Amino acid sequence: MTMASETGLPICTPDMSVGTLSAMKAVFVRDLKIALRQPQDLLNPLLFFVMVVTLFPLGVSPEVSFLREAGSGILWVAALLSVLLSLDHLFRHDFDDGTLEQLVLQPQPLFLLVLAKSLAHWVLTGLPLVLLAPVLGVMVHLEGNSIAVLCLTLLIGTPVLSLIGSIGAALTLGLRSAGVLLSLLIIPLYIPVLIFGTGTVMAASEGAPVGGQLALMGAFLVLALTLAPFASAAALRISLSNS
Amino acid sequence: MSEPLLQAVNLQCERADRTLFRDLSLSILPGTLTRVEGPNGSGKTTLLRILAGLNDSYSGDLLWRGKSRHAYREEFLRNMLYLGHRPGIKPLLTPMENLRALMAGRRPLPDKVLWQALEGTGLGGFQNVPSRNLSAGQQRRVALARLLIADEPLWILDEVFTAIDRHGVAALERLLQERVESGGAIVVTTHHDLYLPSMHRITLGGGDDHGL
Amino acid sequence: MWQIFHKLGSPKWFFGIASALMPWLLGIGVALFMTGIVWGLVFAPQDYLQGNSYRIIFIHVPSAFLAQSVYIMMAVAALVTLVWRMKLADVFVRSAAPVGAVLTFLALFTGAVWGKPTWGTWWIWDARLTSMLILLFLYFGVMALGAAISDEKSSARAVAVLVLVGVVNIPIIKYSVEWWNTLHQPATFKLTEKPSMPAEMWVPLLLSVLGLYLIFGWLACLRMQTDILAREGRTRWVKELVQARGN
Repeated sequence: MTMASETGLPICTPDMSVGTLSAMKAVFVRDLKIALRQPQDLLNPLLFFVMVVTLFPLGVSPEVSFLREAGSGILWVAALLSVLLSLDHLFRHDFDDGTLEQLVLQPQPLFLLVLAKSLAHWVLTGLPLVLLAPVLGVMVHLEGNSIAVLCLTLLIGTPVLSLIGSIGAALTLGLRSAGVLLSLLIIPLYIPVLIFGTGTVMAASEGAPVGGQLALMGAFLVLALTLAPFASAAALRISLSNS
Repeated sequence: MSEPLLQAVNLQCERADRTLFRDLSLSILPGTLTRVEGPNGSGKTTLLRILAGLNDSYSGDLLWRGKSRHAYREEFLRNMLYLGHRPGIKPLLTPMENLRALMAGRRPLPDKVLWQALEGTGLGGFQNVPSRNLSAGQQRRVALARLLIADEPLWILDEVFTAIDRHGVAALERLLQERVESGGAIVVTTHHDLYLPSMHRITLGGGDDHGL
Repeated sequence: MWQIFHKLGSPKWFFGIASALMPWLLGIGVALFMTGIVWGLVFAPQDYLQGNSYRIIFIHVPSAFLAQSVYIMMAVAALVTLVWRMKLADVFVRSAAPVGAVLTFLALFTGAVWGKPTWGTWWIWDARLTSMLILLFLYFGVMALGAAISDEKSSARAVAVLVLVGVVNIPIIKYSVEWWNTLHQPATFKLTEKPSMPAEMWVPLLLSVLGLYLIFGWLACLRMQTDILAREGRTRWVKELVQARGN
């Protein structure tokens, strides 16, 4: 009534708000910090990775010739599945406790904040897989050169998995039985990465040059980096509208 | 006459084959508190989420200071603070870390200011305790600490009194009152018996199901 | 122009147009398709390599062709859903997806049947068949997501995002699978790629492709009409329509 001021409070112009890069960094650091407070959650996808790889010698054959031929494929499939398994967590906790709403309402472009989250996801799941791969590579009798190429393909390929996966995680947010649905949506999209990941290692084991394939995987990564965050951001908005 | 911060023109929202509201127009002026009322399920939360920009399945226009909100999204978001049902607090982080993370994307403040804000909401001594060890009311107070340091002229607060004790409610009422007096604009929903002078009311649900 | 566009989005308007169009689509479609099939199966010459077994292409090729086009059409509709929020576009996506899935399955099935006499086995991890299989997965994903989200508008937009992500991936998947195929087996088997197909073969093939397109158009209209009636069941024009037809 009488108290109402004529002018109101000062309005902030966008240039007074926090820069996009530091906002991205804050999101990234926060996700890492939370994950490190719950190390078991970090360990689970890695254990899953190891166990799935173990199933193949037990379930198919422990022969050196078989394992050497199938090894890169086994490791890639196991890595793919364990990334897939960890995706459900990407937005779910944030969605449940309301931090996702606050993220969407930050003044910075949402797709860049989502990109920061996807990168954090990769550092927490993909990168440990890459680091663990040489050990498993030895266990499936891959040769030194193949192991090196395998790690390289995983290094380029797992961020693509995290980025594409973030689209599925955003689309299935808040749905019942989101886990299975997420896999259904995402697995077909993972196929090219899988094909080139294993194909490159196979070519390397036959002594063929692999520069071209690696460059192509790099192109996948660039494509995923530029397009996936937009799709995830759009999907997040849709999922939040629905909640 | 001051210019409205946020205007809604002919808003219409349908949800699951039911029209929650239609032809809803409202203006949020600086120095006013607008209370959205209505029975459960009448679309109070939906309206607030639409106003805040979280829900975009509506038809109609939203104007931020007379301009399309969509085109001025960044400026709008920088000047609007939304607190929802879910407090936005990470259980694994301490209240200090939570507050710091929430402010990081908007307006980073020195730790001392954050510390005092948490003290101001009655969380003195809990600043560095993991939030999951706090009660529901205390977790909500972490979110409310933002109100003590907010510079956004527009606040949209959904059920903000939930889980807060009587003492806290009184303090919060005072805070809202002071905010309005200094020219802030506030939109709230609450089941709590809030009374403030200069309060506007928007009633949803058409009054057709007041059977209780 | 804008008004026409807006009108196009009106379910009621579409309903009328579709009713007028559907007999033509079905009539001409069936006529073309049957001509193509009968011509192909009965009158077209034998293949000098495969004998009569190649004749399954008169079903295989149209369905494979259409299965892919339907996804592209869905992607266009998905874009319209996201940009203009046109309800009708979503109705199309939803109506077309199961049809696309069935066509993809049909292409896979006929491919397998063709494979038996040609390769001596029902299934071979041929590049084309594998691509079709992945396309089938994409269709299943679209249908599963659409079914999982109960809110109509959110569901429409979420499905649209997925369809667009899928359509960006289709060429990448195709290319990858082809590369994978050359890696694992030298290109001995090729479906459908006849260096020089005589006119007696490709004309009936073209007719059956065109016919199937029109039949798909009819089926899409029919499914869309059903969907519209279910969605708009409470509106006045639907009630009037139902009454008028009921009498």
